[in-house]
Amino acid sequence: MTTIPLIFLNCGEAGKVKEILGGDSIIKRLFEMGLNTGAEVRMVKNDSGPVILYTSGSKLALGRGLAQKIMIEK
Amino acid sequence: MNTIALVGNPNCGKTTLFNALTGSNQHVGNWPGVTVEKKEGKFKYNDKQYNVVDLPGTYSLGAYSEDEVVARDFILKGNPDVVINVVDATNIERNLYLTTQLLEMGTKVIVALNMMDEAEIKNIKIDIEKLSKGLGVPVIATVASKKKGIENLIKESIAYINKDNSFSMPFSYGENIDKEINNIKGLLVNTHLEYPQDWIAVKLLEGDQDIYNLIKSKGPDHIKERLVSLEEDAVEYELEIVDKRYDFIGKVVSKSVSKPSEVIDTKTDKIDKILTHKWLGLPIFALIMFTIFQLTFKVGQDFLGEYVAGGIEWLGEALNGFLVSINSPEWLVSFMTEGVFGGVGAVLEFVPLIMVLYMFMGILEDTGYMARAAYVMDRIMRALGLHGKTFISMLVGFGCNVPGVMATRTLDSKKDRMIAMLINPFMSCGARLPIYLVFIAAFFPNKGGLILFSIYFLGIAVALLMGKIFSKTLFKGESSYFVMELPPYRFPSLKSVLRNMWDKVWSFVRRAGTTIFVVVTILWILAVIPFGVEPYSQGSVLGKIGTIIAPIFKPAGFGTWEASVSLFAGIVAKEAVVATLGMVYAGVEEGSQLIAAIQGAFTPLTAMSFMVMTLLYTPCAAVIGTVKRETNSTKWAVFTAVYTFLIGWIGAVIVFQVGKLLGF
Repeated sequence: MTTIPLIFLNCGEAGKVKEILGGDSIIKRLFEMGLNTGAEVRMVKNDSGPVILYTSGSKLALGRGLAQKIMIEK
Repeated sequence: MNTIALVGNPNCGKTTLFNALTGSNQHVGNWPGVTVEKKEGKFKYNDKQYNVVDLPGTYSLGAYSEDEVVARDFILKGNPDVVINVVDATNIERNLYLTTQLLEMGTKVIVALNMMDEAEIKNIKIDIEKLSKGLGVPVIATVASKKKGIENLIKESIAYINKDNSFSMPFSYGENIDKEINNIKGLLVNTHLEYPQDWIAVKLLEGDQDIYNLIKSKGPDHIKERLVSLEEDAVEYELEIVDKRYDFIGKVVSKSVSKPSEVIDTKTDKIDKILTHKWLGLPIFALIMFTIFQLTFKVGQDFLGEYVAGGIEWLGEALNGFLVSINSPEWLVSFMTEGVFGGVGAVLEFVPLIMVLYMFMGILEDTGYMARAAYVMDRIMRALGLHGKTFISMLVGFGCNVPGVMATRTLDSKKDRMIAMLINPFMSCGARLPIYLVFIAAFFPNKGGLILFSIYFLGIAVALLMGKIFSKTLFKGESSYFVMELPPYRFPSLKSVLRNMWDKVWSFVRRAGTTIFVVVTILWILAVIPFGVEPYSQGSVLGKIGTIIAPIFKPAGFGTWEASVSLFAGIVAKEAVVATLGMVYAGVEEGSQLIAAIQGAFTPLTAMSFMVMTLLYTPCAAVIGTVKRETNSTKWAVFTAVYTFLIGWIGAVIVFQVGKLLGF
């Protein structure tokens, strides 16, 4: 098991949210949108622009800055 | 009459369910005090009427946005008899998060487990009975789009209304937090704060600013003293509470839901591969918009437009004939035919176009493409120092800038929001469309779609440019984070598209009958006084006002009193520009068409500069008012009015002067 920022997750790779670094309000927002600690994610698109990923049944687009703050266990 | 409230996440099929429940018996208004849309409807069951209120779609019931506050205040203060929580069965964990917050409120909740057909296709199996037992509330399976389960949902909801509320919280927040909740409740004894005490306690521990403010203004002193330390504790508890809610959801779902280890929508993924493609995404977006404007023109103008224009003309002549035949006074004939039919009629002629444009916009929205448009625009927006979601508020502005300005609420940082509000007026709203159409018909009948596309594009370009300037000058600092759901692609339902279109068209027609009618009446009076003056002439009060303003527009090529007056009227409402032109020109050249009159008064070049002016200059009073309300500042409202006017003027002058140099 290694912990990496979400932004380093390649297209098609999956992992679990371990921790989100950053201010509380954004963490809470992400939690509420289904990206809570322990949530499984799968990267769909990670080239330029926001990353796109699947988590608990929904497809989310996240800015690259934000994707650096989400730590993933894979 | 009993009231049923509908709540749910965005894209869970809540609106479809609302339509299935109420049919055509509904109306759209605003929540008192705020500008969030309020949809209400009625249905009859066993000879009893029930009122259904559709609350805004939200992920949560915090104080994160105005939508959330509206929803939770209605549930807690509006006293609905039962709350139907629409849950998307294909995305059950995330959707149940909102459910846990409803349970905390202690209100009567019934879960409508929607999109069961899609869940089945995705091989998600849900044991309804176990789910209901785990949550402690009734759960009804529905497929709103196919009207399945609706009858059952109605029956169960009504039965639930009449049952005693013997509900108790099915989960706890753990020992520490439960103890804190009890402590706070102890402090709240004998206070009346319009909200349930358990709920206030949880919200205080979550650091909910709205509730802190409520206590600060209305709470008893012994709690006020504790607020500071509570707020410090909240930092620690806030996320723990969210975690506990998810723990509970996890437990319930593990017992009642079985699904494949990964639920992936291959159809949506395939479409997204193309539509959000690194290089193809933007050109496709441009192509879609271009096609929409072309089609709007072809269908709305060439095909439908003639019938409506012909019909209005015929009606005007018939009324004229009738009024003359019964020997009505001359002023009445003039008011009705030139004022009302020349003005309001000129606006109504554009109903078919508005209809077609809104229909396409509705289709874009219903298919789920809007979120993709924001996605592909994010790169450009970011390069300009703007937030990707700003673009959604801009797209909404294409319909009307009032909701466009309000849509900026989804932006988290003040910087992003202020910029998004200030640039929204450059997005060409539906009410400005008739202006372009009149001028296109007069000078560029064969290039309608192209010109229209260019105008809208220019609006976007100016908005982005101003956004860049603002982010470098007035509002420095980092943009907030970008996070957005990309809903699965769905085939738009004809019914919902048509209903959406009808709502918008109806509000356009209503404005023509109310605001525009009043403006036209005032302008008509100004055009015929002082008595004895030639009506609609430069000697009338209206003519004099126009003459005073006109020199300002000389460098832009349209320094006539008629054009000036119409722009002046346009600040009240953009439809009034065409209405005014219709009135003053119909008055000058008796019996001739507005378009013919414009061909005489403008040249192709001044038509272009006039269109650019109307695209960019000061938005209507309603938008200025919305900016004032949303920023809570008269200063920014005045700023918006003045700077847009300057930009419009500069734009029009550039078009005219450069065009002249190039020999147009």
